[in-house]
Amino acid sequence: MDRTAMYRAMVRIREFEERVKRTFAEHPGVIRGHTHLADGAEASIVGSIAAIRPGDHVMATYRCHGYPIALGSDTTAMMAEIYGRANGLCGGYGGSMHLADPERGFLGTSGIVGQSIPQATGAAYAAQVRGAGDVVLCFFGDGASKQGAFHESLNIASLWKLPIVFVMENNSYSVSVRVEQEDANAAAGEPLATKAVAYSMPGVTIDGGDPDLVHTTVAEAVARARAGEGPTLVESLVYRLSAHGNSIAPPGVPLHYPEHEAVTVFGDVAEYEAALRGDPVPRFRGALVTSGALDAATADAIAAEAADEMQRAVDGALAGPDPDPADALRFVVA
Amino acid sequence: MAREITYIAAIMEGIHQEMARDDDVLLIGQSVGGSPEDPFVAAFGPDRVRVTPISETAEIGMAAGAALAGKRPVVDCTMAEFLLVAMDQVVNEANRFHYMSGGRVTAPLVLKAGYGFTAGWAGQHTGSIYGMFMGVPGLKVALPSTPADAKGLMATAIRDDNPVLFLHHYLLTLEAGDVPEGEHLVPFGQAAVVRPGHDVTLVATGWTVHRALEAAEELAAEGVSVEVIDPRTIAPLDVDTILASVERTGRLALVDQATKHASVSAIIAAEVAEAGFASLRAPIVQVTALDAPIAYAKPMEDFVLPDVGKIVAGVRRVVDATVSGHNTAAAR
Ligand SMILES: Cc1ncc(C[n+]2csc(CCOP(=O)(O)OP(=O)(O)O)c2C)c(N)n1
Ligand SMILES: [Mg+2]
Repeated sequence: MDRTAMYRAMVRIREFEERVKRTFAEHPGVIRGHTHLADGAEASIVGSIAAIRPGDHVMATYRCHGYPIALGSDTTAMMAEIYGRANGLCGGYGGSMHLADPERGFLGTSGIVGQSIPQATGAAYAAQVRGAGDVVLCFFGDGASKQGAFHESLNIASLWKLPIVFVMENNSYSVSVRVEQEDANAAAGEPLATKAVAYSMPGVTIDGGDPDLVHTTVAEAVARARAGEGPTLVESLVYRLSAHGNSIAPPGVPLHYPEHEAVTVFGDVAEYEAALRGDPVPRFRGALVTSGALDAATADAIAAEAADEMQRAVDGALAGPDPDPADALRFVVA
Repeated sequence: MAREITYIAAIMEGIHQEMARDDDVLLIGQSVGGSPEDPFVAAFGPDRVRVTPISETAEIGMAAGAALAGKRPVVDCTMAEFLLVAMDQVVNEANRFHYMSGGRVTAPLVLKAGYGFTAGWAGQHTGSIYGMFMGVPGLKVALPSTPADAKGLMATAIRDDNPVLFLHHYLLTLEAGDVPEGEHLVPFGQAAVVRPGHDVTLVATGWTVHRALEAAEELAAEGVSVEVIDPRTIAPLDVDTILASVERTGRLALVDQATKHASVSAIIAAEVAEAGFASLRAPIVQVTALDAPIAYAKPMEDFVLPDVGKIVAGVRRVVDATVSGHNTAAAR
């Protein structure tokens, strides 16, 4: 991916997430359960995925809409999955939290915090055994690094020199708990990447709002992994621009997207507004246009194309058929 | 004096009153004590009420240790599936210590978790997974279906000297009902006959109790009198109340939101087949979830779950059943 392609992918992710969010108001009841958005993490997602090649694998969490877009998944199929339609990426079985697209290297997503980390580590073990030089990108949140699964996995990955890059998206929150309320490193004023020290692997903390920096950092870690030198922990500082997820309510109560927890729980409007000013999507556009790498007209065209694409995704998802109820009994076992 | 409050408010009131009564009761979890205005921190201070990192193994293991050391911790585990991360601590540690120490130590702790959230939460957040816990010696399991029982069972759970898994049904969260204001204790191992009847016994738990009551109403219009029983705790399980009912009705139907082989209903069916066979005038019918995870899309989610129509059909089958060539309904 060149820088224009990275920008395009970031804009497409943002537009997709905006349309998911708008669906709660425009088409009430169409999205059920719990939906988590990647807005604010686009630079981190795209910069990381720009550093891998076909044959590599990606694993992530329930906050999973961004990665498949960067990997080239069909956005109409993704939206249809989130709308629970038979033409969805996973036939309406998994919904927003459980996207998978194995043909593009996206192996599956767990809704249970931290549990995808050992799974990604296992995919890296498989890659090591395969011996083709493939790597695994493992994405998770700051909160997930409080799970035993994280610590057990980093130890084995380092011990066995597995070809994996652990990308921790530190957005400073686990739902409505701030990172310094739950992380010993953060409470001590240290970066979370400090955890890498305990497992004798490189650990770096970077501005996850800068896709170029993310790209070069992850590319270096990927090169190290491919060369058989083992894993790296990349702490990518991001800020999610929406609430943790949509409101949680029993059936019959309309769902909506509340404001960010900085505002609703901590009353910290200034923090949220600062995050909006640092929004990585317009920031990258500004950097590209100012440096002459991209002209404003092309940038506008990219935005317009993304808007058209996601309108088609919404239309195609709304028009998609409901799954056959009896299909609930398919795929229980392979 | 009773007044109407929601199921979730009743649970929190039960915890609050026990914390006020006994300084040894602690409350920890990922969704308690974190916000600057947390009412439990305001009432009981930041030592007894603490927000935890996302670390179920430590949260539940620490509750066990604090309990062994004299406290009565309540861990708010949010959703039942999250405590699967700490399965060893739930089924193979605190619940064994009293026994393994020959009665010398006790581990009084409560794990509070929601379950059964079949509202589009898909494969990993919707399970009715009590079947994994009800056969584990040393562990008690409560499944309240009303706000009053929710408060009363929580208070009893906190005073119990054993680990208790308190599973509240997510679909009932905002259901309101009369709840006594002051101290209110509901004993463990005592089923409630929530609707008396004489033609058929219908046992249900949690959210399905309310579906069973709707089915009973519908069947009453057809002249079928259904007795609905809610066990309220499934470990201990009040088999006697169910047997006594089946002795009178001669027929048993069971509703369960879990898949059949992991259900309370299968256990009750076995108990009644073993101890109440002579009373049965028809084969037992179980209306359970079909054997699949819960899909995201609503048509598939609905397909596998018990509902009023399936319960009515199940009860009709018991009532119309023929045993040894005789139509038992006609012989009634
Ligand atoms: C084992 C487990 N515990 C609790 C939860 C509830 N939960 C879902 S997301 C989340 C916060 C995760 O925070 P983080 O890892 O920082 O990821 P983010 O959502 O911020 O991207 C929590 C507590 C869960 N899904 N799984
Ligand atoms: Mg986070």
